[in-house]
Amino acid sequence: MRQALSAVTMVAALALAVSACGGGGGTTSSAAPSSAAPADPTQISGEITWWDTVRPDSEGPTFQKLIKEFEAKYPKIKVKYVNVPSDQAQNQFQTAAQAGTGAPDVIRSEVAWTSQFAELGYLQPLDGTRAVDNEADYLPGPLSSTKYNGKTWAVPQVTDTLALLYNKRLLKEAGHDEAPKTMAELKQTALDVKAKAGANGLALNVDGYFLLPFIYGEGGDLLDVQNKKVVVNSPQNVKAMTELQDLITSGAAAKPALQDSYANAMTALKDGKTAMIYNGPWSLSEVYQGKEFKDKENLGIAPVPAGSAKAGAPTGGWNLAVYAGSKNIEASYEFLRFMSSSTSLATVSSELGLLPTRSSSFDDPRVKANRDVAVFKPILDTAVPRPWIPEGGQLFQPLLEAFQGLVGGAKPEETLSKTEQQFQQVMKAWS
Amino acid sequence: MRSTPSAGAHHGRRRGGRAPGPLRRALGRHWYAWAMVAPVLVVIGVLIGWPLLRGVYLSLTDATEANVGRTIGVNVIPASYEFVGLDNYLDILTSSLFWDKLTWTVIWTVSCVGLHYGLGLGLAMLLHRRMRFRSVYRMLLILPWAIPGFVAAFIWRYLFNSDFGVINAMLKAAGLGAVGWLDDPTTAKLAVIAVNVWVGVPFMMVALLGGLQAIPADLYEAAAVDGATPWQRFRHITLPMLRPVSATVVLLGTIWTFNMFPVIFLITRGGPGSDTEILVTYAFREAFTGVRNYSGSAAWGVIILALLIVLASVYRRALRKQGEVW
Repeated sequence: MRQALSAVTMVAALALAVSACGGGGGTTSSAAPSSAAPADPTQISGEITWWDTVRPDSEGPTFQKLIKEFEAKYPKIKVKYVNVPSDQAQNQFQTAAQAGTGAPDVIRSEVAWTSQFAELGYLQPLDGTRAVDNEADYLPGPLSSTKYNGKTWAVPQVTDTLALLYNKRLLKEAGHDEAPKTMAELKQTALDVKAKAGANGLALNVDGYFLLPFIYGEGGDLLDVQNKKVVVNSPQNVKAMTELQDLITSGAAAKPALQDSYANAMTALKDGKTAMIYNGPWSLSEVYQGKEFKDKENLGIAPVPAGSAKAGAPTGGWNLAVYAGSKNIEASYEFLRFMSSSTSLATVSSELGLLPTRSSSFDDPRVKANRDVAVFKPILDTAVPRPWIPEGGQLFQPLLEAFQGLVGGAKPEETLSKTEQQFQQVMKAWS
Repeated sequence: MRSTPSAGAHHGRRRGGRAPGPLRRALGRHWYAWAMVAPVLVVIGVLIGWPLLRGVYLSLTDATEANVGRTIGVNVIPASYEFVGLDNYLDILTSSLFWDKLTWTVIWTVSCVGLHYGLGLGLAMLLHRRMRFRSVYRMLLILPWAIPGFVAAFIWRYLFNSDFGVINAMLKAAGLGAVGWLDDPTTAKLAVIAVNVWVGVPFMMVALLGGLQAIPADLYEAAAVDGATPWQRFRHITLPMLRPVSATVVLLGTIWTFNMFPVIFLITRGGPGSDTEILVTYAFREAFTGVRNYSGSAAWGVIILALLIVLASVYRRALRKQGEVW
């Protein structure tokens, strides 16, 4: 009995010592000034976990290929690739980061999440570290999403925006050679497709982000950042919602399902059951798997149709950030440096049609050869920048509910005044 | 939770009756029993007691993800949340949202448990008869219970899909229009109730079947000799004899359904809007979306717990009046 007891105490003491070591090691490595670059970065060692959020089947292989290249260049670093669905990554990361266990070393963070993660203290500041390389080369929009409170918290990985994706064959059957440029044309084209081509005109995705082109198109917005005001219940937005509702009631857009409407719209486009959808560059690799687009030429990509003010697509995208509690900070920095290098971004972009965040990547011949990127570039240049505030990510649930209400037939004015109340609960200090 | 008050009462009576001597003697005599119970007590204390106390404490503060203290790597954020007393509870109980959700939760629970019990009893009576392939039927009917909740929810979500779902495909094949099952508040509510009934009936069926088999056959024979009709036999023999089982499964079913998270969360995400959201899924939304509101969601949790305790004790008292003890 006594022997057993002493064994227990010894194990406990050992465990304590080990955990103390671990803690000490962690602090020294993170406290080490990272500006002092290691003599030979390729000699850094460690294992890092990366949470990626891309579609595992269509986009994953490209990223895994990049990881292989990285591991070849940095033989002492091992990268553990974990794919987390994009709609769960934010939640799971917050849970793990707060608990202090199970968080990855590197997270692919949506642009709207980055400032929130930074505010909550989950991210490692990257200013002056090897993770950040040649910032002047980045596009200003994506770069601004990595800054919060005067510090850099991430590096831009890909950027995106929304466009009108359409089935050229169906539009031609309906008597249209070109994509609609305005909301009125959109409605007419969609109705023609329905009447003549035996397919639905437009399939909508009921989601807050996908509401933005309609709002921006009428010159509306969600927040007035300068005056710290919630401006979601504006006449412009009422007009946008009314037009959107009209698309559904007139039959130009099929009445969307509220659950799974993204997947439904994609399936409908891929199978030729609908002629047009709004979607971003991230969806292209999946669209090309559809039977209608075996011949890639059949897919048309056009700017979102303009409202009375402009053609206003929102900006989105993804950053790479380092978890502040990571045990392998130096290795994580090198990983970010590698993944956001001009060549890596060009690889991703040319293979998947995703939009790179560096202007030099757009000059890469491989990217220039990619038709989709060429189409998306001008849309990106005119896309409306979003305010990168910590609360930004929380505004989408009220928007989603507004969109759902609209589809269900609620009056735009009433819907938006409810949305305004919900926004004000999130933006407590604003008027 | 439920058994604690009565256990305490017994102890009280015993302690009040005699000096503390016997207690110590009992402890001395039955030390091995205490030793065996101790690990369980410790585990329950750690797994249930501590989180419960912590939850109650949090519900009295204004803690959120942003103001609880933490140190992650180089980022040190001190705790800045404060004790706010009953503010969270007042906020919740004075909001119309809470009462909306409570009303729907009660409708949801009552209709689900009612259907569970009714259908479960019907199926149990069917399977209680002598027939061919009885064990095969039993196997098939118990299947929904064996499927994990989230798998069932995903299957049903696919069945309900308005564009590509099986149910609408059948409606179209029959010449009827498609229905946006999960898009309208009323049909969405019907849909989640249907799924939960599908998930919950097998348990009721098995439990009640066990109850039926425990009823002595000679009761029915005697009743038949006396000329009782089948309905009379059901009313005056089957139902009263089933009462002990029924009482337990209905209470269990009520608590489970009241807190049935996966069916609602995975099928409708609480939508459209937040129309199908029950109290538990709303508490989850508070706790796990955006900047987590720990204190608010803890307060929701405590209120839910309080509601269930009240329900269980009222139910228990009602049963005791009818002469049932369990």
